[in-house]
Amino acid sequence: MNTLVRRLVATRTAASPMRLAAALLLVLLALVLLGLAAGAEGLSTAWAQDAALIGDIRAPRTLGAALAGALLGLAGALSQGLFRNPLADPYLLGTAAGAGLAVTLVLAAGGLLGVELGLATGGALARLGLSGAAFVGAIGGMALTLVMARGATRPLTLLLAGVVVGVLLTALGDLLVLASPEALRGQRVFMIGSTSFLGWDSAAALALGLAVALPLAVRLARVLDALVLGEASATSLGLALPRLRLVLVALLALATGCAVAQVGLVAFVGLVAPHLVRRLVVVRHGALLALSALAGAVLLLGADVAARVLVAPQELPVGVLTAVFGGAYLLLLLWRRGRLA
Amino acid sequence: MTQDTAPPLEGRGLVCTLGGRRVVDGVSLALQAGQWAALVGPNGAGKSTLLQLLAGLHAAEAGELRLQGRPLAAWPPRERATRLAWLAQQGEAEAELPARSLVELGRLPRHGLLGAPDATDATAVALAMAETETTAFAARRLSELSGGERQRVLVARALAVEAGVLLLDEPVAHLDAPHQLALLRGLRQRARDGAAVAVVLHDLNLALAADRVLVMDRGRLVADGPPADAALRAALVAVFGHAFTVEQVVAAGQPRWIAVPSV
Repeated sequence: MNTLVRRLVATRTAASPMRLAAALLLVLLALVLLGLAAGAEGLSTAWAQDAALIGDIRAPRTLGAALAGALLGLAGALSQGLFRNPLADPYLLGTAAGAGLAVTLVLAAGGLLGVELGLATGGALARLGLSGAAFVGAIGGMALTLVMARGATRPLTLLLAGVVVGVLLTALGDLLVLASPEALRGQRVFMIGSTSFLGWDSAAALALGLAVALPLAVRLARVLDALVLGEASATSLGLALPRLRLVLVALLALATGCAVAQVGLVAFVGLVAPHLVRRLVVVRHGALLALSALAGAVLLLGADVAARVLVAPQELPVGVLTAVFGGAYLLLLLWRRGRLA
Repeated sequence: MTQDTAPPLEGRGLVCTLGGRRVVDGVSLALQAGQWAALVGPNGAGKSTLLQLLAGLHAAEAGELRLQGRPLAAWPPRERATRLAWLAQQGEAEAELPARSLVELGRLPRHGLLGAPDATDATAVALAMAETETTAFAARRLSELSGGERQRVLVARALAVEAGVLLLDEPVAHLDAPHQLALLRGLRQRARDGAAVAVVLHDLNLALAADRVLVMDRGRLVADGPPADAALRAALVAVFGHAFTVEQVVAAGQPRWIAVPSV
C-alpha cells in the first residue's frame, strides 16, 4: 500500500503498461464484488437471500458506475490531449453547462405542468426524459461552442468559446431556477452527480457509448501524439488537422454526454484518471486513452461503493466523494512538485 | 520539365504578408539534391516564414512552388509529407510521452494514421535516433529531458521521415558544440546521399561550412552562393551591418571561411 501511494505521488518510476492494466482490472473486479455486496445494511455476503436486490439494483448500479467512470476517464484523456493541457477536463466545451440547462428546463417544465419530476421521485419515463435531455444538452452545448468558434481549426478559440457558452448557459439555467424554484432540488442532484439511479437501461446506454467512443478514439490516438509537436508540425506530417480535431471533439462530446446523462456532473474523475495513468506509466496516447478509461472506471466505482457504505444506511452523493478525493489527490501532486510549497 | 531533371524543391517569386508586413518579398530559389544550404540573415529577415512557405504551411500570395516538378499544393498531404520534412523552430514537446513515440511520428506519413509501422519504419527510427544520440533516453518522458536532449529528439523525428527535402529551422538551438557538429555532419551526409537540405542557422561559422549559403534581409534573398564566392561573403557582412569580417583560414589542410567579430 505504501509503495503504491509513493508511486502515485512520486513520479519517476515507470511501471509497464500491461502490468498497470492488469492491476487496474484486478482492482475493478474486487470493486465489482464489493459493489454487488454493498447495500443499505453495509456489506452483505448473503448472495442467495439478496439475489433479487442484486439483480435489480446493485448489479446495474455497479456496472453503470464503472462504465460512466470509464467514459469520463476517456473523455478526460481526450480533452487533455486535444488541448495539450493537463488541467483540461471533459466539461470544458460547454457540455456540462448544456446538459445542466437541459435538465433544468425539463424539471421546470415538469413543475409548470404540475408533474413533480425528479431523479429520486420520478418514474422510468421521467428518468428517461431527464437523461435524454442531459445527453441532448451536452451535445448541444458542444455544438454551440463549435459554431461560435467556427469549427475546430483554432484550439484556443475553441476553448474561449467553450468558456463563453458555459457562462451563458449556466446563467440561463440559474434564471430558470429563479422562475421555477421547484426545479432547484433536481438540478442540485444533477450538478453534484449521483450513481444511485442507475438501472439496466442506463448501463446499456453507457455500454453502447463506450463501445462506440473507445475504439474510435484509440484508433485516432496518433493524432493526439502528433499534436504534441504543435499544430504546424502535425500539419507537416500530412494530417488534416481541422477535420481530425472535429472528429475527436465529437468523440469527446459523445463520451461526456453519455456519462453525464446517467450520473450527472460527477467532478474530477475525468481530470484525475489520466493524471494517475501518466504518473505510473510512460505511454503514448493510444494506451493512455484505454488506461484512463480503466482508471476512471476504478475511481467512480470505488467512490460509488464508498458512497454506499461509509454512512450506511444513509448514502453520500458520489459527486461529493469524487470531488473530495480527486481534489485532495491533485493537491497532493501539486504539493509534491513544490509548486504550492 | 520532367520529374527527373526538376530540382527537388523550387520556388519562384514567393510573397507572404503577415500582419500587413511583407515578410517574404519575391524570393526565388531552387534547392538541389546532394547539397546542404544554410539560410542566414538578421532577426526578422523572414527566414522562418520562407521555410514555412517552402514546407507548404503558409499559402504564398504570389509565386509558384514546385516539389519534384509538381506544384506543392497539388500533392496529396500524406504523400507530400513523405517527401518533405520540416522541423519547427523551438519545437514544442512538453508532454509526458516516451521520446521514441515522438520520433516514430516521422513515419506516420508512410504507414498512415490507421496503418501500423513495419520493419522499414523501425529501422528508420533506430537510425535517426542513433544519429542524434537519443537512443539512450528513448523510453523516457519528453518532459523529463533537458532542452538540448528534447531538441535532438525533435530533430530525430524530422530525420526519421527520410525525406528527399529537409527543411530545418534552427536545429542546433540548445545543442552543445559536439552535438551541433554531429548534427551538421549528419545533415551533410544526408545531402551526400541525395537529399536537398536547407537549414536556418544563427552561428555564421557553422553556416560558412555549408555547400551553399542563402542570405536573407528584409524579406528578400540578397545573396546565394558557395562561401568561396567573394560577392556572397560581402553581402553576408553587409546584411549584418559589418558586425564581423569573414577571414580565410586553413584547417586540417582545407581552406575554410570564418566570421571574426569586429570588436
